[in-house]
Amino acid sequence: MLLFILRRLGVMFLTAFALTFIVFSLTNLQPNLEKLAKSEASVRMTDDQVVSWIANNGYDTPMLSRYAQWLGVLPGWVKTMEDGEVRGRCIAKGADPAAAPRYCGLVQGDWGSSTVFKKPVSEVLGRSLGQTGWLMLTVMLVMVPTALMLGVLSGMREGSRTDRVLSTFAIVTTATPEYVSGVIFIALFASATAGLSPLLADWGWISGKTLFMGTATSAMDDITFWNFALPVMTIALYGIGYIARMTRASMTEVMTAQYIRTARLKGVGFTQVVLKHALRNALIAPFTVIMLQFPWLLNGVVIVETLFNYKGFGWTLVQAATNNDIEMLLGCSVVAVFVVLVTQLISDVGYVFLNPRIRLA
Amino acid sequence: METLSWFQIIAAMAGRFLPVWLALVVTFGLSISFRRRLGLYGKLFDSPVGMVGFGIVMFWVFTAIFANWIITMDPLAQFSGSKNAVPGSALRAPVDGGYTHLLLGADHVARDVFSRMVMGSRVVLQIAPAATVFAFMVGITLGLPAGYFGGKLDTGLSFLANLVLAFPVILLFYLLVTPEIVQTGIPMWFAAVLFVFPIIFFVILFNSRFFTNPARRNLYVGVVLVLGLWAYSGLAFNLDPLGVWSMDPNLLNVFVSVVFVNAPGTFRIVRGMVMDIKTRDYVAAGQTRGEGPWYIMLWEILPNARGPLIVDFCLRIGYTTILLGTLGFFGLGVSPESPDWGSTIDDGRKLLSIVPHPALAPALALMSLVLGLNLLADGLREESLKD
Repeated sequence: MLLFILRRLGVMFLTAFALTFIVFSLTNLQPNLEKLAKSEASVRMTDDQVVSWIANNGYDTPMLSRYAQWLGVLPGWVKTMEDGEVRGRCIAKGADPAAAPRYCGLVQGDWGSSTVFKKPVSEVLGRSLGQTGWLMLTVMLVMVPTALMLGVLSGMREGSRTDRVLSTFAIVTTATPEYVSGVIFIALFASATAGLSPLLADWGWISGKTLFMGTATSAMDDITFWNFALPVMTIALYGIGYIARMTRASMTEVMTAQYIRTARLKGVGFTQVVLKHALRNALIAPFTVIMLQFPWLLNGVVIVETLFNYKGFGWTLVQAATNNDIEMLLGCSVVAVFVVLVTQLISDVGYVFLNPRIRLA
Repeated sequence: METLSWFQIIAAMAGRFLPVWLALVVTFGLSISFRRRLGLYGKLFDSPVGMVGFGIVMFWVFTAIFANWIITMDPLAQFSGSKNAVPGSALRAPVDGGYTHLLLGADHVARDVFSRMVMGSRVVLQIAPAATVFAFMVGITLGLPAGYFGGKLDTGLSFLANLVLAFPVILLFYLLVTPEIVQTGIPMWFAAVLFVFPIIFFVILFNSRFFTNPARRNLYVGVVLVLGLWAYSGLAFNLDPLGVWSMDPNLLNVFVSVVFVNAPGTFRIVRGMVMDIKTRDYVAAGQTRGEGPWYIMLWEILPNARGPLIVDFCLRIGYTTILLGTLGFFGLGVSPESPDWGSTIDDGRKLLSIVPHPALAPALALMSLVLGLNLLADGLREESLKD
């Protein structure tokens, strides 16, 4: 078991290295650097000025060495400008070059600084991850119980009317990507001209113009039901269908097992059989599915945060990507890769604990 | 000229879709009467779920085919005075003999929402199935040997596949689908690698079967190589001497990225199925007969894995449609004029809470297509399990 985890951790680090290197090399392509130069300094720069900006800011050194500097295993670059100013990777603007550390990279705990937000990456990431954390937590609290309940209810009696209705619902939600359900939700509940809100406002049931708020910007300071429900529902809905279908499949399989028939024949009531005998075994498979949903949730988070203008991790990622903010993007990908790989590890290890019949080599 | 009521709008739209309805009736009529002779496709018509799914999918396929007859206006034309017009409103200055109403209203630059939605189906249905086919070719060509031989090859390929799968899709799109990347020529090299797989697949397919009969083998492999390399030179490098095969660089970029994201998933499924099937007796029998590994993989294992692969193919077209929508939603790759559903949703969302209809129409269209594909996959799964 320990060996298995160690090996997985090794693969994880290898994957993280490979992925950050890919991100690094893609963001450091020459046209991307030129774009960065133009957005940082001035759009109307001549080609010569662009080249000198790239050189002055240390982007002209070999890519591998810059990647190593970002990791913190090579000393950061230092350059003396023509006017005698000493610039370097580890030297903050206006700081004394002599006092700056030689190494500043991931190993030293320095994530670099963001060119879009003009702040250290760790600060931006910390704040945005906090925002997204609340969103994810709420989504999980809504999604997991709903999905499990739907799956168990429909898998309990396969082919019944409840099963048909719930399965249809599950299929519809898996066919609705976040940007579609988000648009539909806003049109239905948060539009002043269409959907429910004008009706409710006419009847005098709501004081504002709309029932829910179409943006979640205000939720960053103060989460209320009215500004947070739509984004949460939008992300949760897409996952609900998938998890419910997996739970249903696992539940129907368990319900045909021998020990369930035995329990029924002994005269145990249906509710008791479901709650005591079936449920525990039926929930093993969905556990893996829920854990593996995390990477997909990340996707949903990016879409929903853009749609509802909620400045969390996904929003930050989009901002960094559109402006070719290299160190911010690297930070984001480290976080994303970490989330993906850790959830995979947890799902594998957790599976073994939940199902004692499986042994890991 | 007055605004149409909702009933009139629906009737008018149903009328515009007339060629689609006719084509659907013909397809269903023929398929149901000959369903006993049509194999798995015919059995689909025994399952109501599958039939509904097939109907929705074919609706959009025929819409894409007949789009030129269905649209009421030029999807790129702007009609002055109709900015954000509500569904059913009349045109200020209709052209003589032209259509007089905006059936689903107009968007923020006064283009007809209905016509754009219909034309959008053409963009989506051109890219999504083709990209899925390419992803399957890559996944099958790499997944078969990985599952069959195992060992170092399997470890290496699986690591690569997991690497791509661990990448957040949106980050990958943001890195790969930009005008800057097109400048560097990276999409071309991606295409050069990914588009070679179909050629390899068919060459090995025919070679492993007919290598005992060189005349036929040479004919088949020759045809594949001539056709394949001709298309390859045009699609990947834009160097087709006759100019038949070519692809817009932006479209190529989108296409290649979507194939790249989808291929590892297919690889994993194929690999898993091969690992399961290779323990069967008929594979052992083939090995004792002295059949080559590629013959066993392509002509004995692959046909026996077709059921789940067909189901996954349907689901994956749906997933690709969603991915294309995501690309459009973030304004990546496609031109801003493009009527594809993702971009129109993105255009419409800025004014969503005031004028929802320009975003709602493509959103519902996309949702119904994916739903149709999911139902179709469900029906196929149900029917293929019955054997």
